Amino acid sequence: MSVAAARTRRAHGRRVWGQRFVLLGPGMTYWLVFFLVPVGVLIAYSFFRRGPYGGVIYEPTLKNYARALDPLYIGVLWTSVRIATVATAVSLLLAYPAALFIARASSRWRVPLLVLVILPFWTSFLIRTYAWMVLLNPAGLINKLLQGLGLVDEPLPLLYNEFAVTLGLVYAYLPLMVLPIYASLERLGPQTGEASADLYASPAQTLRKVTIPLTLPGIVAGCIFVFVPSLGNFIVPDLLGGGRTVMIGNVIQQQFLQARDWPFGAVLAMSVIVLMFVVLAVQAQVLRRTQEVEDGRPA
Amino acid sequence: MAARRSRSLRVHMGLLFAFLYLPIAVLIVLSFNDSELATVWGGFSTRWYRELVGNEELIAAIRNSLIVAGFVTAISTVLGTLLAIGLQRTVRSRVLDSVLFLPAVIPDIVLAIGLLSFFNLLRFTLGLHTIVIAHVVFDMIFVAAIVRTRLGYFDRRIEEAAADLGANPVKTFLLVTLPAILPGVIAGALVAFTLSIDEFVIAFFNSGPTSVTFPIRVYAMIRFGVTPVINAVAAIVMTLSLLTILIALRLTRPKGEGANGVGVTA
Amino acid sequence: MRDRFFVRLLAIVAVAGLVLAACGSDDGGETPPAADDGADTAEPVDISGTTLTVSNWDAYMPKSVIKDFEEETGVTVEYAIHTTNEDIMGKLTGANGTGFDLVFVSGPFVQALTNLGWAAEIDHSQIPNIANLDAEATELPFDPGNVHSVPYTWGTTGICYRSDLVSETPSSWEVFNQAPADLQDKMTMLGTDRWLLQPALLSLGYSVNTTDAAQIDEAKQWTIAAKENLLAFDDTTFYSKLVSGEASLVQAWDGWCEYGRAEDPKNIEFVIPDEGSDLWSDTMVVLESSENKAAAYAFIDYILRPEVGKQIVEFTLYKMPNADVMAAVDPAIVKDFPTLAISPAELFEQETQTDLGEEGTILWAEAATEIKA
Repeated sequence: MSVAAARTRRAHGRRVWGQRFVLLGPGMTYWLVFFLVPVGVLIAYSFFRRGPYGGVIYEPTLKNYARALDPLYIGVLWTSVRIATVATAVSLLLAYPAALFIARASSRWRVPLLVLVILPFWTSFLIRTYAWMVLLNPAGLINKLLQGLGLVDEPLPLLYNEFAVTLGLVYAYLPLMVLPIYASLERLGPQTGEASADLYASPAQTLRKVTIPLTLPGIVAGCIFVFVPSLGNFIVPDLLGGGRTVMIGNVIQQQFLQARDWPFGAVLAMSVIVLMFVVLAVQAQVLRRTQEVEDGRPA
Repeated sequence: MAARRSRSLRVHMGLLFAFLYLPIAVLIVLSFNDSELATVWGGFSTRWYRELVGNEELIAAIRNSLIVAGFVTAISTVLGTLLAIGLQRTVRSRVLDSVLFLPAVIPDIVLAIGLLSFFNLLRFTLGLHTIVIAHVVFDMIFVAAIVRTRLGYFDRRIEEAAADLGANPVKTFLLVTLPAILPGVIAGALVAFTLSIDEFVIAFFNSGPTSVTFPIRVYAMIRFGVTPVINAVAAIVMTLSLLTILIALRLTRPKGEGANGVGVTA
Repeated sequence: MRDRFFVRLLAIVAVAGLVLAACGSDDGGETPPAADDGADTAEPVDISGTTLTVSNWDAYMPKSVIKDFEEETGVTVEYAIHTTNEDIMGKLTGANGTGFDLVFVSGPFVQALTNLGWAAEIDHSQIPNIANLDAEATELPFDPGNVHSVPYTWGTTGICYRSDLVSETPSSWEVFNQAPADLQDKMTMLGTDRWLLQPALLSLGYSVNTTDAAQIDEAKQWTIAAKENLLAFDDTTFYSKLVSGEASLVQAWDGWCEYGRAEDPKNIEFVIPDEGSDLWSDTMVVLESSENKAAAYAFIDYILRPEVGKQIVEFTLYKMPNADVMAAVDPAIVKDFPTLAISPAELFEQETQTDLGEEGTILWAEAATEIKA
């Protein structure tokens, strides 16, 4: 019997490896060749010299990194982080109550409400951004409305500034904030709140002390989904910033398509990747902390 | 007190929906505006829709986008589904999951220039095929994530039962596993299709001279600010993508399930 | 059994690969080698049935011209568009100078393409109509003798404004820097590198081709100050901003100011400021990698015909360096769009844009980044 069992186990082992090969092989190979290698090429380029008219001369140098430390580029990076942070914060403020509302709605309404929040996300990103060009225009609907109501005399400068860029980013990525927060609220269930109320906590206290801390993983996930794509975005600043508000994505695009300085563009891309990993590390930390709190509490 | 709070939440929700849908509604209304100027109402007209039909570049761009999205969907659905089953069944590793998911998290511009550098280094001719290759990189990951949420509900004992009844692995996969996860696969495919057809940044960097896709064309139209034809395009795109995603949602969501994993996977 | 599953999988992947490859080759340069043979001789070559891949600015050539050319020659024209010179240069860099047969770029970029070895030497014997070019257009400093380029249009850059919205007629580039109160946030400047610094350089009395770091720095500071007064940097829609009244005064190429004038003939005016301006020329460059140079030459030759040029000028409202063409243009149109009447001699009073070289290009690009940041 033991011999037969061993043989089965060996056969099983072989099968598992075969399965891994068939199932994971194609996808992982593709991932390696068309994701890891290209990012590797980019990293390699960042250590070489630019060619006079574009392209790369294979002479190792750290000059590109030195140049990136110029206050100019640090400034652009800082602007990008600031805009992305504000956009994330505003999205969070808008999304949390919405997620709370949906989570507390009757089960019949939850899915339709969620769908309504997500739908705009699945329509053309460019066209949604363009819609704000139409709305925020000095001669656009919002200014017409404000003037018609006699609230302002002169059209407000709504377009082509940091405000427009931030608004565009919030509009673009808001659904990505609502979803994970909703998911974590749903996981929490209504009982937690009831328990807290039984202990004579006010709804505000319940929200601050119980609901928000326990939905932290959702909040953090949502923040990443908004922050990371905002950080690298170049379309929104391009269309709504009028070339006056520049983010790191615009400079990377400029280096690749206009200045034709690929190595330097690669260095700037590295800065985005590093920031992304920092953010992901923060997320991992928060997740671990929440896990400890949850585990630590007696059930 | 609780009632007041729920009322303020309701008002918030209402305002949020206004914020989300007002811009879309304005574009759709403007697409029927006879006036050239977006700010003046010149009466109802369908002229922009008629002009759109005659816009050869735009039609060619739509055709290119459909070709790209078609190939991308086919390839990433196959790769993504296999990946999902593989990750669910053979390797249970959070680290591997996170690492594999990177192409979906990394800012698109980084992926775009990485691939451009890579294609340039290998002297690839840029064209529709390079856009397809690039889109599969992240679409495959989305398909995998979506199929996995579906696999979570799948009871493996059914497969074991099939094997006990003498079905070979291929047969088991085709007759038992695939039908069970099919809604997830189709939803993944639809999401892959929508993402590919709307993808701009990566396509912009990795397209060749004559492989202008729909978003690239739309970008040029916005940059050149030509005519309200763009509003008509917007109205049609909005309507079509809303329909596609509604179908996708119906398919991922069998009765009685929680609302997790709606399209975008956390 | 498992093996069969694996084999089937492989088959699927292989089929996908094949289709992909087919898709690729279908999309790339599908130029029959037949046309290649005659490219270096003056012998007429049968170009019918070949494909010519061209990239030009959007709306910079009437579609009818391309259609007529296709009908006359049997060549299929794949017509791509770019938004700026930098845009097409970026595309070419990405593809190592391949993918196109003929590209439209401004003068300085002819030099860049030549230095990269991507611009073909033009065989004048295949373009008989090249004789129609104005004498001035054969000695443009960026390519004397038209070795690598054939001028398509030329013109200058000036200030385009709404006479009903400005309190005084602008006469100096200083207007961007010292915005009168009524022009605050009502002006746009061109954002593409070569024109971005130009108002500053002209206003400071420097060459529009300067590579002097101190001068570039000074111009940069000037432009950063001017930026505070602007609505936006805009290369493509400034004329419609004038028409809608979003902007009252913009830095504009002469032809695109006329686009605005076409929609608002009463109020939109163009002026070359007192400090002078540039002479720019957009040119046609045949790429060295092209396998269908014969068709590219035929296309250039076709464009240089007076009756074809006339259609282009009347559509784009830009001047062509071709006296026969300009003479053929409907006088009523010239009357409505007076920049068309600017003579070659007048244009030649302005400084021609030329390439900045490696160091210069980097200095300019960095200044542009800093201005916009």
